[in-house]
Amino acid sequence: MAKSKKLRSVADYDRARKEASAQRNAYEARISIGCTSCSASDGRALLEAFQAEVARRGLQEKVLVRLSGCHGFCAKGPLVVFVPHRICYLKVKPSDVPEIIEETALKNNVIDRLVYRDPKTGQKCQLESQIPFYKRQLRLIMDYNKRLDPRDIGSYFAIDGYEGLIKALTRMEPEDVILEVKNSGLRGRGGAGFPTGFKWEFCRKAKGSSKFIICNADEGDPGAYMDRSVMESNPHSVLEGLIIGAYAIGADEGYVYIRNEYPIAVEHIKLAIAQAYEAGLLGKDILGTGFSFDVHVERGAGAFVCGEETALIASIEGRRGEPRQRPPFPATKGLYNKPTNINNVETLANIPLILTRGGSWYSHFGTRNSKGTKIFSLVGKVRNTGLVEVAMGSTFREIIYDIGGGIQDDRPFKAVQTGGPSGGCVPAEHLDQAIDYESLSKLGTIMGSGGMIVMDDRTCMVDVARYFMSFLRNESCGKCLTCREGTQRLWEILDDICEGRGKPGHLPLMEDLAHCVKDASLCGLGQTAGNPVLSTLRYFRDEYEEHISEKRCRAGVCKPLIEYRVVAEKCVGCLLCKKACPQDAITGELKQAHVIDGERCIKCGLCYAACKSDAVEHVKSRDLCHA
Amino acid sequence: MISLLQDIQEAFGYLPEAALKVVSERTGRPLVDVYGVATFYKLFRFKPRGRQLLSVCLGTACHVRGSAQVAEELGKKLGVKPGETSADGEFTLETVNCLGCCAIGPVVVKEGRYHGQVTLKELGGLVKKDGSANGDGRAG
Repeated sequence: MAKSKKLRSVADYDRARKEASAQRNAYEARISIGCTSCSASDGRALLEAFQAEVARRGLQEKVLVRLSGCHGFCAKGPLVVFVPHRICYLKVKPSDVPEIIEETALKNNVIDRLVYRDPKTGQKCQLESQIPFYKRQLRLIMDYNKRLDPRDIGSYFAIDGYEGLIKALTRMEPEDVILEVKNSGLRGRGGAGFPTGFKWEFCRKAKGSSKFIICNADEGDPGAYMDRSVMESNPHSVLEGLIIGAYAIGADEGYVYIRNEYPIAVEHIKLAIAQAYEAGLLGKDILGTGFSFDVHVERGAGAFVCGEETALIASIEGRRGEPRQRPPFPATKGLYNKPTNINNVETLANIPLILTRGGSWYSHFGTRNSKGTKIFSLVGKVRNTGLVEVAMGSTFREIIYDIGGGIQDDRPFKAVQTGGPSGGCVPAEHLDQAIDYESLSKLGTIMGSGGMIVMDDRTCMVDVARYFMSFLRNESCGKCLTCREGTQRLWEILDDICEGRGKPGHLPLMEDLAHCVKDASLCGLGQTAGNPVLSTLRYFRDEYEEHISEKRCRAGVCKPLIEYRVVAEKCVGCLLCKKACPQDAITGELKQAHVIDGERCIKCGLCYAACKSDAVEHVKSRDLCHA
Repeated sequence: MISLLQDIQEAFGYLPEAALKVVSERTGRPLVDVYGVATFYKLFRFKPRGRQLLSVCLGTACHVRGSAQVAEELGKKLGVKPGETSADGEFTLETVNCLGCCAIGPVVVKEGRYHGQVTLKELGGLVKKDGSANGDGRAG
């Protein structure tokens, strides 16, 4: 990585940018290895293998190997993309590396077994842009990821990074910046969807000698990881958005409040900040414009409620992360009682785009009231898990089926959960709903930070509600009685229902309680804590009723309600379930029907998952038949 | 205050009482206040951790793919509940809300190394004392 010189003027910046892009273009081939989830699946080992191979063949001058940002197709990671051809290899292992260098880097041959093959048509896609997962996305933010090395500010310069900041500082008044963001129609990507331009304006107009701006990177929603990916992949874009925001509202100090559970994101943002200081893009008198701004990183300590603005502020101040009454809003009285603006990671990553391309360009994407794109983390029982960026207004069907490739193992779709613990589940009848802030709220859920957890017929909706309530009762800060006790009681009732102790009066009681928690709690966590129950009751009441009156769990998840058995007529005697059983509870010889010993069975479900002929089924537990 | 506590935990593996007393003295905040902050956040431990840390992700995506069973099974194998350390001091079992590797769930992290799409069958290898399963971090 080239050590960047301090830039003292816009002319210095222009020179640095040209140098960076010339340096990049000097290589004949560039190999980008996707980093985030892929580093969980050995992206770094792959990088080392590539570097060693390139060095062994003495190709350092010709071939640039780098760890790039996240490519998003996490189900098939680690991904390797070749520039200029843009050939894309999936699930690459270190042992594939010598062949890739020999065949693709040197001879321009494509290695067939590493390219994407459509599971339905069998058609092969050599280029990333041909893969259906990518073809149907609109990747305004994510597309930069594969084009840069998140640890190198030079590679961000090479794609015209920090141009938006330069434009703001040299050619725009703070009010113009706010107007541009207002025109873009950008709304907060952290959950509530408040228009960003207006939020900035409130803080700009607030009286106070010094102001703060905070980047909220405390991505707490379980099942959502787009903020982690953006921070890890393109930390400078977030930082640039933050500096532009600081200029717009008149802040001289900023914080990045980031989850401690994301070690790579912490490392990358810290590195980006250090590089920006070194380059003169942070600190005193940025590029000679007279604007000064400092940034600090604060790590969270594992409290979900700290995603709430006032709790986050309390946490930075070194107190327990308990929310407080609003107003006063942070815009007038926030961190250390100074006017404070808080924006989510993805919101800030949109800002450089809006500044360089213009607010009206940005507002062309999306629906009437929700502009631009949104990154969703498409996970759960869907084939192509990963990060998906689409224009607002795309439908669930487009995301789950066209991009996501449908449900794993072609099982029936049951629901998709959005908005994290504050959100809700959307059933199959609304698959064709166009997604924006308003439509989701009508469906009884929220956009949230963009988690999209797909569920199939083997997911029990009562268990899902219990899961979220268990999460919420653990994460409730305890300040409000309704939230602290309400989530606990709701969880107890849900646990009763899942364990076979449900009673007919439970459902109306839960509805009452959920409304009470919503109505009488202080912060966003409490006010939405009833949603997991209310939304599953709204669409899946029959499943609840089955659990209570028939003691039956159709998904086969609630263990006390089920028992496994082998259907002798369907069993081909393949031994797969027998091998899978950790209890040795299955007997039977090859090509003979197997039998499960109910006494030894611990209902782990491994046999059920292992069976290829659907011969293992779950039935109502005999213990409960007489109940 | 929180970064201070984080640094102490990084150095000792947990927050020893003596260290919290020093924090209270140096910052001028009452000890009860320091404890109040430390106990609020899930990250902080008040007992020493085992030589190896096993974190099971309980995020939603991992949940629908069976992480609750993974945590239960690991607990059984080690004879501990989440938050506890095995009798031989080798393993501490923890659960976390979400690690953000949702696409490759269920996920278990053993000493900073991510194991994606773990199956119940693989768990035996993860809790071997010699750490022989360290080398097979599976690709998602």
